[in-house]
Amino acid sequence: MNLVYLDNSATTKPHKEVVDEVAQCMEQYYANPSSAHKLGVDAEKKLKAAREKLAVFLKAKPQEIIFTSGGSEANNMAVLGVVSKGDHIITTKIEHPSVIKLLQDMEKDSFEITYLDVDCHGCINLEQLSSSMKENTKLISIMYVNNEMGSIQPINEIIDIVREKSRKAKVHIDAVQAFGKLPMNVKEIGADLISFSAHKIHGPKGVGALYIKEGLRLRPLIAGGGQEFDIRSGTENLPGISGFGIAVEMAAKGFEDKKQSIRALKQHFIEGLKGFDRIKINSPLDEKHIDNILNVSFEGVRGEVMLHALEDYNIYVSTGSACSAKKGAHKNYVLPAMGLSSTQAEGAIRFSFSYLNTIEEIDYTIDAIKKILPFLRRISK
Amino acid sequence: MNCMLVKYASEISLKGLNKRYFEDLLVTNIRKSIGNGYRIQKESGRMYIDQYSDELADKVRKTFGVTAVAKAEITEKDMDKIGEIAINQMKQLKNVKTFKVESKRGDKKFPLQSMEISREIGAMILKNVEGLTVDVHNPEIVVNVEIRDKAYIYTKLLKGVAGMPYGSAGKGVLLLSGGIDSPVAGYMMAKRGMELVGVYYHSHPYTSERAKEKVVELARKLAVYTGSIKLYVAPFTEIQMQIIEKCKENELTIIMRRYMMQVAEQVAKKENALALITGESLGQVASQTLESMYVTNSELEMPVFRPVVGMDKTDITEIARQIDTFETSILNICTKTSKNKTKAG
Repeated sequence: MNLVYLDNSATTKPHKEVVDEVAQCMEQYYANPSSAHKLGVDAEKKLKAAREKLAVFLKAKPQEIIFTSGGSEANNMAVLGVVSKGDHIITTKIEHPSVIKLLQDMEKDSFEITYLDVDCHGCINLEQLSSSMKENTKLISIMYVNNEMGSIQPINEIIDIVREKSRKAKVHIDAVQAFGKLPMNVKEIGADLISFSAHKIHGPKGVGALYIKEGLRLRPLIAGGGQEFDIRSGTENLPGISGFGIAVEMAAKGFEDKKQSIRALKQHFIEGLKGFDRIKINSPLDEKHIDNILNVSFEGVRGEVMLHALEDYNIYVSTGSACSAKKGAHKNYVLPAMGLSSTQAEGAIRFSFSYLNTIEEIDYTIDAIKKILPFLRRISK
Repeated sequence: MNCMLVKYASEISLKGLNKRYFEDLLVTNIRKSIGNGYRIQKESGRMYIDQYSDELADKVRKTFGVTAVAKAEITEKDMDKIGEIAINQMKQLKNVKTFKVESKRGDKKFPLQSMEISREIGAMILKNVEGLTVDVHNPEIVVNVEIRDKAYIYTKLLKGVAGMPYGSAGKGVLLLSGGIDSPVAGYMMAKRGMELVGVYYHSHPYTSERAKEKVVELARKLAVYTGSIKLYVAPFTEIQMQIIEKCKENELTIIMRRYMMQVAEQVAKKENALALITGESLGQVASQTLESMYVTNSELEMPVFRPVVGMDKTDITEIARQIDTFETSILNICTKTSKNKTKAG
């Protein structure tokens, strides 16, 4: 079996069409989209086309979309762009580091932060949200889909509660993991700000977007030449943005079919896992859960050991453990917040699927686990 | 025009009939480090390289055996010209109050004797650079003037790493764990001239590719000093599993270490090495007690060198920083079996 890539929530393989588009932009549309000459105008057209593609996909207006360097920048921009010192911000305990670390820093700097609890499915309690709303609540920043577990937050109910309780509070949705997997109609969602990333949907890295509802004005993070409607200065990453446009277009094609094929992959995987003892599927399996993420703990086996063992079979996954090659790696906070014990959290593996994965790959993976588990459990009597 | 003056350990000059061998090895090692295309001249207990740059000086400085390097300026054998350069060199130094001039007259045809040269150049410096006095016993700076085929003038000495030429003291196998201590241990032995061969124990899937890459990176950092290092990656998983399955839990670590040593000894035999080197420091962790060292040694034929055995962690860390392995060593990479923490060397 060739390489089996089941780490699609970390990043995805860019589509060939995306790669070609990026290359073509670098070769031909290298002019600055702000330049006055014809080449500049051609580049600007490319930029516009990409923005329109994303707007169509999101049912948004083109001017409501700001391209960024990725999901993290979009999240930072959304949070820092709307709040001022003394404001109260509500978030959850399971946000991406680009939100939670930022808020933890801001907490030291006279911002007031509430971190909502989540239940064992990774969902917040709407009553707790409601009772947390205060006079000075300025922002509610919540992720649509959790990156480690795949749990889906009740976004519509959340927004209803916020609107009912406050007229000035803004809602930011980190939709990086939901993007391309759940229908994404910004009108229906009704949030003020929504973050996206290209590389999670087979697009290029280093490019993302922030949806900013018309009429809302953000304080820019980067001062400069006034690109992106004066909100995000810096010469546009045209190859990335244009590649993003292609990725969005491709994600939209056969959206339902892709969803179904991912669901079939997950079901098949879960069926396969039934043959094993002492495993626990951590992801909730109901409608509160996205199909492309499946978090599983193999009792008695540390997640990173399982990960390296799978590597021998050319299968690539992620752990939710505290291990990282980087200095100052943070301890995992998401899985404990959902009530997993530390051994369960340490043993957790995240399988994340793309519609490009096949049933054969899943069979191969189940087969590999069948061979690996007895070997790894040998020493954990 | 400039050249580089290279001073080396007086130990080397004292080697009697073997002196030639050590000097030639040092030249070879310097050449390995800086590449070809330089003329290296040996003369009366020092060497001259025909070019100077800071980058070049740093490479030479890091060659074991070299105690100091200096940028020497070359001029004609003319007292005024020599004086001019000496004055200039002194002017470039900040916060210096005392100095003296030392001269060597290799060319006996030069009209002035060494003492006279020193005196005259000293007088020129005093006249032209403010705030200086001569101190012949304990000067902050020594201005050196050497009269040979040309006149060579140098003041500022860059400290070298000293030690003995790499490869002059046999070969040893270093147990490289990825921690702070083992690269330092290897460095210390290499500094005494011992050629290093590394061995790392890879327990895939219990240790990651990144843990291995980290050890490769550490070996690479040591290679800045040694030229190159051969690193063996020993697949250790099966041995480890057998030990965990069959041995008592409280003896796992010590037994594991015995096997690591035995693997290292096999590598040593293959490499014609005659010693093992570990980064153990007495009492640092439970597995580095005297009893533990006694037990891990007992089956071995070869001597085990533990150059940091009597050093405190802070002192070891200090050297690790100096040789630039510290930052790599402290990279946080998990290397654990599900039940046991193991740490080699």
